[in-house]
Amino acid sequence: MAEEKPEFWRWQESNWVNPEIDWTKAEFITVGIDVGSVSSQAVIMADGEVYAYGNMRTGSDSPSSAENVLKFALDATNNMPRERINYAIGTGYGRVNIPFSDRTVTEIACHARGAHYIYGNQVRTVLDVGGQDIKVIRCDDKGKVTNFLMNDKCAAGTGRGMEVFADLLSVPIGAVGDRSFEIGAEPRPVSSMCVVYAKSEATGLLRKGWKVNEVLAAYCSAMSERIYFLLERVGVEAEFAVTGGLAKNRGVIDRLKKRIGMEPMKTKWDTQIAGAVGAALFGYALCRKGKGRHR
Amino acid sequence: MLAHYGYSDGSGKYLITIDTDQCNGCGECVNACPAEVFEVLDEDPNDPFREEPIAVVRRDKNKKVKYECGACKPPTDRPPLPCVTACERGAISHSW
Repeated sequence: MAEEKPEFWRWQESNWVNPEIDWTKAEFITVGIDVGSVSSQAVIMADGEVYAYGNMRTGSDSPSSAENVLKFALDATNNMPRERINYAIGTGYGRVNIPFSDRTVTEIACHARGAHYIYGNQVRTVLDVGGQDIKVIRCDDKGKVTNFLMNDKCAAGTGRGMEVFADLLSVPIGAVGDRSFEIGAEPRPVSSMCVVYAKSEATGLLRKGWKVNEVLAAYCSAMSERIYFLLERVGVEAEFAVTGGLAKNRGVIDRLKKRIGMEPMKTKWDTQIAGAVGAALFGYALCRKGKGRHR
Repeated sequence: MLAHYGYSDGSGKYLITIDTDQCNGCGECVNACPAEVFEVLDEDPNDPFREEPIAVVRRDKNKKVKYECGACKPPTDRPPLPCVTACERGAISHSW
């Protein structure tokens, strides 16, 4: 029997806990659950500080994905019981299907707030490249949204498109960024925006004798071009920050950086958790207004 | 906050923008629009701290605005758009 083919698109799922925070001393424990189209995150906050998080792939149904990712985050904690949670907010594409959430907030508000926490209060423009959509959000120094644009009409230039390309070219998704720079001259971007057409265009390029890295470069370049057109509409104001899984792909981000002439901010946090961080922060703010569950 | 609804694709940009600082949730746009593109919500889904109602583009219309708005946008001799005219505070604008 043929050996099973490795899954090049599969990225690392992870959970994390801050060992310095003692949840027993926290007044409010709030949870943000971001069920996206491709990945799901759960962030547990103790009094407005990130205590633990989990990051997984979204399964075929939102309720169980939300359940699983919360369990994954709780696994990382120091035996914190689930009943301790004061307030849970759902966000993201699957937010209406989270059984245990007290309220839902759109990912627009959550990403702005989350980026504000992760990158600090200098951030004014947030670009979120998710699994199936792109969001450009402008916010003020308090993380409040002033202007936003979301494009979820089609998945061109999003994380899922990159997964398709990683699989097509048999390059592990984490290596795409670096390998797209291991080329001679920069190739012109693939002309098609659509993932399906871009894939067949790439197959054609490989047939013509292009190297894998050159095709990667052509696709990354096309993606950065598409993202740039969206950014232009809302306008980029410094500081500029990128959230979502694609922030980890320097093949796209470094090319985008050249187009807009601005350096994206850096962070120690996992960029994928921004939406869930924002949701948990909203939960904390609402708890302080006396809206949380008291136990 | 400028809330851009709609989308852009290979054929162009189709965005309806609602200035939420101007919108008071009066609902005149909902009555004016023949295609039922708008709705008024009690809570702003994009701003959990807002206390007033707010007009938004309905989620099921968001990806179809090019076609939903088509009837009000004949290629020649375009009359003023009903939603834009109905909004006393001038909160609504279209990109195309």
